[in-house]
Amino acid sequence: MTHPDVEAVFRAEYGRAVAVLVRTLGDIDLAEEAVQDAFTTALRRWPETGLPPSPAGWIITTARNRAVDRLRREAGRGERHAQAALLHAPDAPREEGPVRDERLRLVFTCCHPALAVQARVALTLRLLGGLTTAQIARAFLVPEPTMAQRLVRAKAKIRNAGIPYRVPRDADLPDRLTGVLAVVYLIFNQGYEGEAALCAEAVRLGRLLAELMPDEPEVAGLLALMLLVESRRGARQDENGELVPLPEQDRGLWDRDLIAEGQSLVRRCLRLGRPGPYQIQAAIQAVHSDAPRGRDTDWGQIRQLYDQLMAVAPSPVVALNRAVAVAETEGPARALDLVDALDLDGYHVLHAVRADLLRRLGRDTEAVREYERAVELSENPAERAYLERRRRELVRT
Amino acid sequence: MKYYLLNVMQPVGERPAPEVLAGIEKNLDALNRELREAGAWVFAGGLHGPESSTVLRPRDGDVLITDGPYAEGKEMLGGISLIKAPDLDAALEWGRRLALATTLPIEVRPFMGEAGDHEAGA
Repeated sequence: MTHPDVEAVFRAEYGRAVAVLVRTLGDIDLAEEAVQDAFTTALRRWPETGLPPSPAGWIITTARNRAVDRLRREAGRGERHAQAALLHAPDAPREEGPVRDERLRLVFTCCHPALAVQARVALTLRLLGGLTTAQIARAFLVPEPTMAQRLVRAKAKIRNAGIPYRVPRDADLPDRLTGVLAVVYLIFNQGYEGEAALCAEAVRLGRLLAELMPDEPEVAGLLALMLLVESRRGARQDENGELVPLPEQDRGLWDRDLIAEGQSLVRRCLRLGRPGPYQIQAAIQAVHSDAPRGRDTDWGQIRQLYDQLMAVAPSPVVALNRAVAVAETEGPARALDLVDALDLDGYHVLHAVRADLLRRLGRDTEAVREYERAVELSENPAERAYLERRRRELVRT
Repeated sequence: MKYYLLNVMQPVGERPAPEVLAGIEKNLDALNRELREAGAWVFAGGLHGPESSTVLRPRDGDVLITDGPYAEGKEMLGGISLIKAPDLDAALEWGRRLALATTLPIEVRPFMGEAGDHEAGA
């Protein structure tokens, strides 16, 4: 893609077009080929004709016509696959109306629990996000042929095992939705550590899900959580590439639009009154976003929200985060007791938290040892730089 | 419609107590009845252990007969259910029921082609 208009339409409409074509043709590979064909044609035609009134509709109609033409030719040569696909294909081309449900089907197919988690992530980014195999491979630090093979296998399993192309029935929806949200959050977290573009993609997928499922509070909760975390991207590292922890961040660098959008979603979740893990995590981030300065943070409220999170989704990592809030409300000694009761040895954040608590308690020798352990275990350069500095400051005094 | 094979993955060695087995059999009978009523049942049955199996191996244009298991492992094929289902979700739902009935892991494998392809005269 070289033409910027086509590129923009591609990013915005690829998933929608593929979703419609999968429905029409009954096959993901055929759908992808047809949509790519249509974009290639657009790249040639649009610079002369200008953007059509409905670019997405044009792409979908063109892709469908191309696919049906090709299937007819292949069916003429006696190819059974083509004949089968033609059974699904309509004769007359028509303009596309709203196709929300089609994308929703695609979401649930890409995130089907019978697929490996890595395959779900790759398929979602490829089919709904329109990312290339090379881009996905780079973001997940695997060689491109490995990622290509992962996608081929996943699509073959969808076809051969008969993974359906539909939104799950109501009874299965809560479970299956949890799986979809986990895929999106995984993409976001991968981007948090590495490529920023992945976070943007996760937010885009989050917005799509929120649009498709407006009545699901956890969908809104996940979107709010991602927006509020993403709002701090510019403040998370200083000019030397060192991590800046939340209480010390320059809040002038936070993205106010993302915060406003996230907070308004959190308020909507509260009104819906059906809390869940993502909503509670989003609410915790919203409390942080509310504080004009780090020391204004309402830790009491954060502590209560962590209590609530422990009640609905207990885990050692949540308990560790709760201990951080307890350090602010009841002091570092009480927090250290909680942290020491956790079985998380080898998790770098545990050692970073312990180091900080020991430092605040004046137990410098032990704190230095914990900083060293945290540095050893952390794989993030910005975080390592921060922990190193903290350790050096203690040794110097 | 597609055919799916539901494989009961049975641990080698341990055998449940008779009263446990009786309970499992009762569950299986009920499940098979439901499969029949839903038009999903094709075939189901439990298998004797690998100690009763015989392997035939082609060798130099002839076939060699050997006693014993085809492969040693921690798990063996304890039984199968062959079912007909519209898609994987439907097959997984029957598989879930079979896992609960047998208290054992179930592997769900799709057959190639559509259900009609395998029938006589199709």
